[in-house]
This record gives sequence, structure tokens and C-alpha cells, in this order.
Amino acid sequence: MNVQQTSTASPAAQTAPTPQQRLTLWYILRRWPILPVLLLGLLVTLGLGADWIAPNDPIDQSLPDRNARPLFQDDSPYLLGGDHVGRDVLSRVIHGARVSLSVMAVALSAGMLIGTGLGLLAGYAGGLVDEVITRIVDIWMGFPFLLLALVAAIIFGASFSTIMVLMILVAWVSFVRNVRADVLVLKESNFVAFAKISGASTTRILARHIFPGTVGTITVIASLSVGNLILYEATLSFLGAGIPSPTPSWGNMVAEGRDYLQTAWWTSVIPGTALFLTVMSLNFFGDWLRDRLDPRLRQLG
Amino acid sequence: MRRYLIRKLIFAIITLIVATIFVFALSRMAGDPLLLFAKPGGYGMSQERVDQLSQKLGLDKPLIVQYLVWLGRVVTGDFGETIVSETSVSKLIWERAAPTLQLAVASFILSILMGVPLGVLSAVKRGSMSDYVSRTIALVGQAAPIFWVCIMAILLFAVTLDWLPVGTAGPDDVPFWTWAKFKYLIMPAFALGWGPAAALLRLTRSAMLEVLDSEYVTLARAKGTNYNVVIWKHAFRNAILQPLTTSAIVLASFVTGAVVVERIFAWPGVGQLMTDAVWNNDFPTLTSTVLVFTAVFVGTNFLADMLYGVLNPVIRYD
Repeated sequence: MNVQQTSTASPAAQTAPTPQQRLTLWYILRRWPILPVLLLGLLVTLGLGADWIAPNDPIDQSLPDRNARPLFQDDSPYLLGGDHVGRDVLSRVIHGARVSLSVMAVALSAGMLIGTGLGLLAGYAGGLVDEVITRIVDIWMGFPFLLLALVAAIIFGASFSTIMVLMILVAWVSFVRNVRADVLVLKESNFVAFAKISGASTTRILARHIFPGTVGTITVIASLSVGNLILYEATLSFLGAGIPSPTPSWGNMVAEGRDYLQTAWWTSVIPGTALFLTVMSLNFFGDWLRDRLDPRLRQLG
Repeated sequence: MRRYLIRKLIFAIITLIVATIFVFALSRMAGDPLLLFAKPGGYGMSQERVDQLSQKLGLDKPLIVQYLVWLGRVVTGDFGETIVSETSVSKLIWERAAPTLQLAVASFILSILMGVPLGVLSAVKRGSMSDYVSRTIALVGQAAPIFWVCIMAILLFAVTLDWLPVGTAGPDDVPFWTWAKFKYLIMPAFALGWGPAAALLRLTRSAMLEVLDSEYVTLARAKGTNYNVVIWKHAFRNAILQPLTTSAIVLASFVTGAVVVERIFAWPGVGQLMTDAVWNNDFPTLTSTVLVFTAVFVGTNFLADMLYGVLNPVIRYD
């Protein structure tokens, strides 16, 4: 490990690594997001293949295995123990990955689509359209959204689709702001002027000339905001306004296990840790992507 | 400057109005309020009586009038009565405000005491072990869900080590600076303050790095000024501006955090009132607490903008 070497380096002069340094595990792990990517790969695999991978039915209760201890103690059939009604914690965590994965797949991509569209529109059209969209975004950002989501979730009933809609409503804003900022710069550039002169339609200019220039920003914003989205969903589920029980979601698992903290810590600690590791990996990966693609966005961190 | 503040104020007010419209609309989507009192055709209620009731409750007027009437009552602090105990909601909120405020102030102080010095340390000793440790603290603080932090803390300090109590805000008859009561505050304040501390740490670090890189710091060092003086007098004073103004925004993030922390630690504040309302389907209490929190949130954001405008003269007043 070369911790010593990096610590003695003066702050101003970051010297280029020597060939031996390049090969140390520490260096590789610092430079490439290997651990986060592995964890995220695991998350995707578990989420997609939950039905095949999970050893037990996630909602199948079995009273003898109530609060059964992990590692098959108490003669339980469960590797990570049982929860307060004897469901398999491991299977529930695996199925819970699905919820987080859907937040990523559904809410993020829908939010991305809406946000990017509005951002392109606001930036390119300018004038009144820009004014209106920017103001809406400003007001939207001034809301404590989680609280309003709480009210909405209670009214429309906590369900998978309600949560997804709410998550989309959270996701879209940050895309608008940053895409708009990009478009404002891009539309003044020469290649857009040339495209205009050669008679390209507005749609074509937006799609072929401006949009490609914003892809980097979009990717970075997506990777930076997805961790927060997953946290939002988990918090809503934890507060009882998210994915309704018995469908497992990491948030509602922690909430249910909370009452058994003294006797059965694993029922809440394991899903909570899964959530923590997921968000941490996403943040790591997002930071890395940002530094690679768009260091300008550092301000956001 | 003045124009900037007025603009921000107008925005804050519009945001609040939109929030009230949102809550009102949602409460109407929850169903016809008349049905809470009378089911037409049921309970032997004649249509005449139903009409009378709707007239009495003002439900026969157009929606916009109903909204304005409701808004007028909300602004004057009349939130109606709770469904569960039929006591006045505003009285309940008022009773619960002190514990929440206590928690928020404690976490705020904690997050500054934790975030700013560690941020400076990690910038000054960039690349050192203390930099890594500080950054790890920040990284974990930003990724860890509040409820996970709470549960791990309870597990460690309450269940395993049995150092700190959990469950309430402590005895009522002693002031909060006595250990008997203060020990109840430690874990919730820490759980609530860690995330904001992480944000402050990162901001302080990047601001300090930028300033330490500037020419006047190099000059001060070249003159032979004591390094500690350079750090705290030359660099820190300039770097702290941005983190400080952001700290007001950080304060706003307590609003959502408090809801979770109060639920887990059974802290008798407004946040707990809100989540209890969620479980009890107590709609008036839920909407009123949400409105109060939204007002606080928007208010602190406005304060942050104001602070920023006052402290930072180079801001663009567009």
C-alpha cells in the first residue's frame, strides 16, 4: 500500500505515479470505481433475477422461524435470519433490490426525459418560454418535496405506481437546470449558426447538433441524482407512505424491524446496510463519472 | 441589492401560495368533505338536510371561494381540529414546537462544529490520513439514510453499550442542559446533524482549497507569516463565506430529516405529530403540519438568500 507516499506529497505538486505505483491495489481502487461497479452489478443481477436467486418466498410467513437468528441458528432454514413473522430476510432483501432498481429504471429515465426536453426547450426557445419554465423549476426546488409526497401518498394510497409518479416529480428538475445551462452556451456556437444557415429545421438542430452536446451533463446528473432518489423512496417507505407491506422494500423492512431492535437486530440492520451500500456505490460512481466527463459540474457536489 | 431581496421575497411568497393550493387540492382529491359528515341516502338524511349542512360548511360556494376561506383561516393559525382527539391542531403544533426546535438547534450547532473544522483540516492537510478520514466521514454522511444512522446508533449506544437512553425527550421537569435530559438529545442530534455536517465539510474543503491556492496566501507565506495565522486569518475568513451561507440551506434540510429522526426516537416534536397523522389517517393534522414545515423550509431558504446577498457583494442581482 502506498498510503505513505501520497501523504508526504505536497498539496500543490501531485506527482505522476511511478509504474510500480500504478500496479498497487490501492492505486487501482482509487482510480477506477471497481468496488462500486461490482456492487451495482450485484444489485442489478439480484433485482432482475430475484425470482430465481432468492432461496425462499419473500412473503411466505412461517411462525416457528419468527425472529430466527442468522446463519441457520435456531434450526431455521434462513441464512440471514427471519423477521418478526418468520419471513426470510435474505429473500426479502433480494426482492427489495427490485424496488430500488425500478426507481432507477422508471423514475430516473422518465424524469430524465421530461427534464431534458424542458431544458432543451427553455434554453433554445428563450424569452417567455424560458422564463416560465425556469420559474416553475425555482418554485419546485423551494418545496420540501418529501413532505408533500407524504400527503400525496396518503391520499392516493401508498402503492408502487404512486411512488413512481412521485419519484418522477422529484427527478425532473435538476435536469432542466443543467441542460438549459448547456444549451445556452451551445446555441451561440458556430456549428449551430452554420446549421441554421444551411437551412436545418429547429427540430434537427436540437436533435442533431445541440442534444449531443448535453449528453455528458445528462449522464452526470443522472448518476448523481439516482442515489438521492433511492433514498427518497426508502424514506417514504420507511414512513409508511411508500411501497406497502408485505411487498418487501428496504425502507419498509427497516421500519418493520425497528421494533425488534433489541431482540432481532438483523431484520432492520441488513436491509438498511444494503441501502447504504447501494447509495454509497452510486455516489462514488457518480463522482467518478463527473470527474471524467464534466469536471465543471464539481460545484454540485 | 434591494431588488434582489424583493425578488427573492416574492418568490418565497409564490412558493408558499403554490404549496397551499397543492395541499388544498390534494385534500379535496381525498374525497368530498361532506361525506365525512353525511352520506346522502344513508343515516336517514334527507337531501334537504344535506344541502343545509353543505351550506353551513360553506361547501356550496365555488371552489376558489372555499380555498380563500380556508387560506384565511390557515394564515390566522386556525388549522381546525384533529380527527383523533378533536383538539385544536394549532395548539398541538404549538406544544410540540419546542422539542423540535431544540433538536434542530442542537443538530445545527453540531453540524457546524463537525463540518467546518474538519473541512479546514482536510483542505490544509490535503492527501494526508486526516484528509481521508474527514472525507470518509463526509462520504458516509451523505450516503447513509438517516434512519439507518439512527438504527445503528441505537444498536451500538443503547442496546449494546447501554450508554444512552432512547424513547422520549427525557424527563420534563429538568432543564435540557442537565445530563439527565441532555443524554436523550445526543443520538437524535447526531443522526440529524451528520448529513448536513458532511455537506458543510465538503463545501468548506473545496472553498479552502481554492483560497489556499490563491496568490495572496502565497504572498503571506512568502513574507514568513506564521502558517496558522495564514490559515485562520487570511484563508479561512474568505473561504468560510460560502459554507456559512449554505448552512442556512442546510438548516432547511432538517425539516425532512426531523420527521424521520423524531419517528425513530419517539421524540415528541412536530415531526412525530406528522407521522402519527400518517398512520392515523388524520388528515387535518397532516396537512397543517406539512404546511407549517413548508413555511419553515421556505422561510429558511429565504434567509439563506438574504444572508448570501448581504455577505457576498459580488453576487449577480439578476
